[in-house]
Amino acid sequence: MIFKHYTIALSIICALVLQIMPMPGFVDLYRPDWVLLVLSYWTLALPHRVNVGLAFIVGLTLDILLGTSLGEHSFAMCLSIYVLAANYQRLRNYSVWQQAMVMGIMSAFYNLILFWLQHMLTDVYFLFTYMWPVLSSMLLWPWLFWLLRKLRRQLRIN
Amino acid sequence: MNPIFTSGPSLQHRLALALLLSVALIVLDHKFNSFSSTRVYLNSLVSPLQYLANLPGEMLNASAARLASHQRLLDDNAKLTLQATLMSEQLQRMTFLQAENERLRRLLNSPVKTNTRKVVAELMAVDNNPYSHQVVINKGALNGVYEGQAVLDENGIVGQIMQVSSTNSRVLLIADVTHAIPVRVARNNVRLVVSGTGSLDELDIQHVPHSTDLQVGDMLLSSGLGKVFPEGYPVATVTTIVRDETRPFAQVKAKPIAQLDRLKYLLLLWFEETPGTTSESPEESVNP
Repeated sequence: MIFKHYTIALSIICALVLQIMPMPGFVDLYRPDWVLLVLSYWTLALPHRVNVGLAFIVGLTLDILLGTSLGEHSFAMCLSIYVLAANYQRLRNYSVWQQAMVMGIMSAFYNLILFWLQHMLTDVYFLFTYMWPVLSSMLLWPWLFWLLRKLRRQLRIN
Repeated sequence: MNPIFTSGPSLQHRLALALLLSVALIVLDHKFNSFSSTRVYLNSLVSPLQYLANLPGEMLNASAARLASHQRLLDDNAKLTLQATLMSEQLQRMTFLQAENERLRRLLNSPVKTNTRKVVAELMAVDNNPYSHQVVINKGALNGVYEGQAVLDENGIVGQIMQVSSTNSRVLLIADVTHAIPVRVARNNVRLVVSGTGSLDELDIQHVPHSTDLQVGDMLLSSGLGKVFPEGYPVATVTTIVRDETRPFAQVKAKPIAQLDRLKYLLLLWFEETPGTTSESPEESVNP
């Protein structure tokens, strides 16, 4: 089945589309870090296939899509994915809720790195609203985890 | 099955390589702007994703348009007919004034102003990057859009083209922190520079001496000095002036005239086209 070979790529493309999809301003503030979450799942599940290298490429794509200077998102993405890939054996044994906590911390880490990079390059100031994705990412993780695991098991991706 | 011995470089080496590459890219792109030509191809490469992301919104709009009630269409039609009548009256006077202005300019031996080429573009997507204010429009290099081009809406100046790809392009709004535009006050031609604050309904005017003749409500027009924006289009109105003598400059805030949070149709202007070439333009361009 041809779909099986492209599942990882397709899920990442879906995440990219969801990340840039236009939304009304109010919902926009709470947009979870789709790309980070999907990449995190694949890193925890298949660390030999998805790790820092893919994170770099996806981060670069995100840079082009969002119009930030090349390398910003890839920098943040690589660091976050590295932390997960280095600790995947421990994180796999956590319950979904504990994992959601960890993902919240990773999302905060990711958004803070992005903010710091942006702050160094231009003079943006920190607003608390920049941190709402942390909460929404945390809440989204259990559902995304369940969905992607079902997908991975049914299609026997390894 | 997880392989016990992983192939390729170790995770730490990969991370170091990726971070080094990222930093190099950031420095090259941000400080030296070395990817400006490559960006066109990169943007064109990912534009299918943008079209895909825009699809649900488009479909919603299309179905809303299909479901628009008969009564609302009639109302809209009546309103637009009224508007067109009023506009055409103004246009008649405008042609007269234009001819007169041209004659007077000839008398003064000043250069005669020519019409610039314009194209209407539609908003495709608003960026969700919280750190900058950008929008994507549906005209690109194939339509002749170039970097640094002025973008307007029906009320005033919106921003300038920041990146071009083949079928769409990215507009930096005047409210972005990194944007500044040279203006003059419509009342007395005082020259100022208006810069963005990062908030969509507030602009900042820096380095205004306390003695400057500036009032709340003053209209600020583009001055055309930066060679990016054409002269004489409305930019903002002054909202607050704080003249605190303990500070070196007065603190002046302004509100953009274009409704930056409600953009739909945008106008692209070609700055200072050589006179006499305004006739050659694609069918969608509007030549008054």
